[in-house]
Amino acid sequence: MSILINKDTKIIVQGITGGQGLFHSRQMMDYGAKVVGGVTPGKGGQTVLDNVPVFNTVVEAKEATGATASLISVPPPFAADSILEAVDAGMELVVCITEGIPILDMLQVKNYMAGKKTRLIGPNCPGLITTDESKMGIIPNTICKKGHVGVVSRSGTLTYEAVASLVEQGLGVTTAVGIGGDPVKGTDFIDVMKEFKNDPDTYAVVMIGEIGGSGEETAAAWIKENMGDKPVTAFIAGRTAPPGKRMGHAGAIISGGKGTAAEKTAVLESFGIKVAETPNKIGETMVAALKKAGLLEKCLTK
Amino acid sequence: MKIHEYQAVEFFRQYGIATAKGAPAFTPDEAVEVAKTLPGPVYVVKAQIHSGGRGKAGGVKIAKSLDEVRTYASQLLGATLVTKQTGPEGKQVNRLFITEGVDIEKEYYVSFAVDGATARVVMMASAEGGTEIEEVAANTPEKIVKEYIDPTVGIRGYQARHAAGMLGLDGDETKQFIKIVTGMYRLFMAMDCSLVEINPLAKLKDGRMVAIDAKVNFDDNALFRHKELEELRDVTEEDPKEVEAHKYDLNYIPLKGNIGCMVNGAGLAMATMDIIKYFGAAPANFLDCGGGATAEKVAGAFEILLSDKEVKGIMVNIFGGIMKCDVIAEGIVEASRQVGVKVPLVVRLEGTNAEKGKEILSSSGLNITPADSMADAAQKIIALIKA
Repeated sequence: MSILINKDTKIIVQGITGGQGLFHSRQMMDYGAKVVGGVTPGKGGQTVLDNVPVFNTVVEAKEATGATASLISVPPPFAADSILEAVDAGMELVVCITEGIPILDMLQVKNYMAGKKTRLIGPNCPGLITTDESKMGIIPNTICKKGHVGVVSRSGTLTYEAVASLVEQGLGVTTAVGIGGDPVKGTDFIDVMKEFKNDPDTYAVVMIGEIGGSGEETAAAWIKENMGDKPVTAFIAGRTAPPGKRMGHAGAIISGGKGTAAEKTAVLESFGIKVAETPNKIGETMVAALKKAGLLEKCLTK
Repeated sequence: MKIHEYQAVEFFRQYGIATAKGAPAFTPDEAVEVAKTLPGPVYVVKAQIHSGGRGKAGGVKIAKSLDEVRTYASQLLGATLVTKQTGPEGKQVNRLFITEGVDIEKEYYVSFAVDGATARVVMMASAEGGTEIEEVAANTPEKIVKEYIDPTVGIRGYQARHAAGMLGLDGDETKQFIKIVTGMYRLFMAMDCSLVEINPLAKLKDGRMVAIDAKVNFDDNALFRHKELEELRDVTEEDPKEVEAHKYDLNYIPLKGNIGCMVNGAGLAMATMDIIKYFGAAPANFLDCGGGATAEKVAGAFEILLSDKEVKGIMVNIFGGIMKCDVIAEGIVEASRQVGVKVPLVVRLEGTNAEKGKEILSSSGLNITPADSMADAAQKIIALIKA
């Protein structure tokens, strides 16, 4: 078991004929993901990467292939349009890795998606990976080991760091999800926590947050109420970040003294969520939490 | 992207938002010329820097004659203002905004921004104008009224009337207020703003509602569809290294320490700063070289780091997903050859094509210390700069 995607998930890639689209589609297929088609307007009828058919529209791609999930890898000016097209075509899962989408575009997208069945992950995210089964996005193929810890993260590369730290401690991963660093995004921490809660194979979850906003605090309160006997540990990036400066991610900014790492850490700890001091200690912190919950033996992979 | 008050006022005028009369000036002579076109006898001489808190820092002067306009203009131009937001080094004043003096009866606050949690543009208004809104928000949040705006219908009259009621405005003032906030919302949406703020919005003794200050920030992600805004960028307000980084499409923020960092990904870049601090040293910067970096872009990043004289060592921390480690490695080699690295360099490469990247570095003949993890890298660079 896993969340959101597995070995049977049929995936199309919007923007498959671009340099990044081709490179990462290839990596996804190497990992075992079922990439059944691609979409690039004007290039319908071509094939790429060992006979993956390219279509002009998402609707055509979906009808011809039966795909239920779409990965979007297109430049920022066209990304909102691509998301809307995928939602309109009724895709169940849409993952948008594009960085730099105007925030007002995402406002429209979020508004349009209200009440629709599509789940959007991202934008400005690394996507997700279900160990040894499938991946959508850009998480490196080599880092995951199958296990029982779920990972959810606001940051791309820190997701990889978290996975590496867990694996180093003899733990493994069910699914790792990068939800992205933009202030307006499709999926938040709690949405992913709900999935992990209902996944019988996931025994514990690591949450990776950063400065800015209040997503971590809101999630912490929810976790305390709802995650039951599944331990959750965390890491928060940005202890040394100066206030008023946007630290790369549009959402990562301390404004008016709110959203600091110290404040977030205090709130998380007050809800019983242990926060690792450095990324290297994410694994250790989880081991300690699992030991306390009597779950460590069940979670060790070696 | 930030612009000056006088530039923001231009946008206000285009969108029908009432403002005090005035124009920019770059010399004391110009300041007097501008003042001559205003009704008088009271004028306001305002320093134009990209920072709030100018009034408290002495950057806003009330002049009661043209002579005083000249005196204050001469004092302010070239002076360095230290406000709550500039940091102790302050900012030099190169431009002024000369406006008419007005008789203020009461000051209000109104702004538009995006609220991430609700995915809505939110209007915030308060009868506590003229002060720092962060303080009002922290101490007396009940004094701020918020209206969340549905993008499909835009700001509605009832929302503006509700806010006006909370502010205690009467019928005629409410009409003026509706015109002002409707203009602000139209400006926000049309120009892809990240903030449109009036603080204070003044009720004058003659009954007019007028914007006494104007702040407009734009969403950097949307600048591609507003090319004309590039002309309004005042690079003297930005750190020269940030400007240089902008050319290479890098996210760079200078800090006070002596270990330069080059990292892929904003979260990892912050965590890299944190871990340097954790092991007892201080980072010189935040630098996220992003996802799709070319060798040239990485070389550019490297030159920016090396141009900081405080930098005694460099730590490169790459966990490649979209970023291929061999591309980073080529960039490091290229940059090192171009500018010459005279400080210790520790490189940690992990992820996509990491092995290829490590090979490029080790076969380059350059003096590079490899590291296995970010903790290892941080400890190694700290040891090297102390040696």
